[in-house]
Amino acid sequence: MKVKLRNPDRVVDVSGPSDVVSLLRRLEIVPEAVLVIRDHTLLTRDEALSQEDELEIRPVLSGGSR
Amino acid sequence: MRCKVCLEHAVVDIRRHNAAFCGPHLLDHIRNQVARAIKEFKMFGHDDRLLVAASGGKDSLALWDILLALGYDATGFYLSLGIGGYSSRSRKAAEDFAASRGAKLIVRSLEDEHGYTVPELAQLTGRVPCSGCGLNKRYEFNRAALEEGFDVLVTGHNLDDEVATLFGNVLHWNIDMLGRQAPVLEERVLGGDAGTPPALVRKVKPLVRVAERESAAYALVAGIDYIVEECPMVDGNTQHLYKEAITLIEESSPGTKHQMYFGFLKRAAHHFADQQDDAVVVACTNCGAPTVAGGPADPVCSFCKTKALAHHRRDQGVTPRRPARRRRSR
Ligand code: SF4
Ligand SMILES: [Zn+2]
Ligand SMILES: [Zn+2]
Repeated sequence: MKVKLRNPDRVVDVSGPSDVVSLLRRLEIVPEAVLVIRDHTLLTRDEALSQEDELEIRPVLSGGSR
Repeated sequence: MRCKVCLEHAVVDIRRHNAAFCGPHLLDHIRNQVARAIKEFKMFGHDDRLLVAASGGKDSLALWDILLALGYDATGFYLSLGIGGYSSRSRKAAEDFAASRGAKLIVRSLEDEHGYTVPELAQLTGRVPCSGCGLNKRYEFNRAALEEGFDVLVTGHNLDDEVATLFGNVLHWNIDMLGRQAPVLEERVLGGDAGTPPALVRKVKPLVRVAERESAAYALVAGIDYIVEECPMVDGNTQHLYKEAITLIEESSPGTKHQMYFGFLKRAAHHFADQQDDAVVVACTNCGAPTVAGGPADPVCSFCKTKALAHHRRDQGVTPRRPARRRRSR
């Protein structure tokens, strides 16, 4: 599956994970720190993935003094 | 997972509430959380004119959307910081959102108002960009709200922002900052005389019950095209480090963030409250804006001091260079 990561924008190829939580574990990403998106739709942790999926993992924690 | 409300397919799980929601019920859930915070902390009413500090990011645009959905009179305010393409793209996000909702957006820029951008200010003063940026934002938000006749300034600080700030204040035992950390900062008048017009507008944070991940989810589900990229000046920011640390704890122990912040408000904040408010607000002798900085003995506000320093350095021939671009790895 193709996974788009942000800041900086890049795409990585991942094969194997069968659901969202195992994909995040594979990439060593803390689930609470991101949203996972497929076709403009958000996915819960238990959502099944297929090898043809195109996903985006979008970080949600921003920095800066506000 | 199934939506807690309608049992349809869920798109977001919110573990700290032990719940998952479909898109429409996520919007309801978040709006309810905001309505609850507004009521609980008596933030404002439907007669108040609200000015929303809209950066083009997820929190401020989600908040603005929620306030409009809840029927409040909410106008946006975008302050251009002059941070290259990041600023033009974030401005466009704010403008597009306003147009899509038929809402009013006020736009000002630091360059037009004061003759510098955030990167130039950092170069000229030798301070980190976020420090000058934060100072200028606080000053300009307050000024715009007063000049344009708004009752309340509304900011998109979410639960993660508040927890990270609290965490930092505890790590360094910033007692006076702990006394000031609240979802509502009441308006202040010059000299402390009741009955005179406010000098510091009332400031509120209606997203305090909403975690950062939840406000991002709200923005996505509501179809808000917010700016995802980070400000390029944010490198090495400690606030971000604190958020990552706390999110790691939240991951293994959902509800920690909420507990830390609301536990503080309920059980600890009053211990620090008397550290604040005794400082009398005086008018800056230069710009007339309210300041508590040095008290009556030194009545020039820190904004004016910083601005004067920047212009002085420029007159001396210090030329702002473009700061080297570094990437923070994630
Ligand atoms: S990251 Fe720093 S410089 Fe950039 S907008 Fe936020 S406070 Fe300003
Ligand atoms: Zn539902
Ligand atoms: Zn001043």
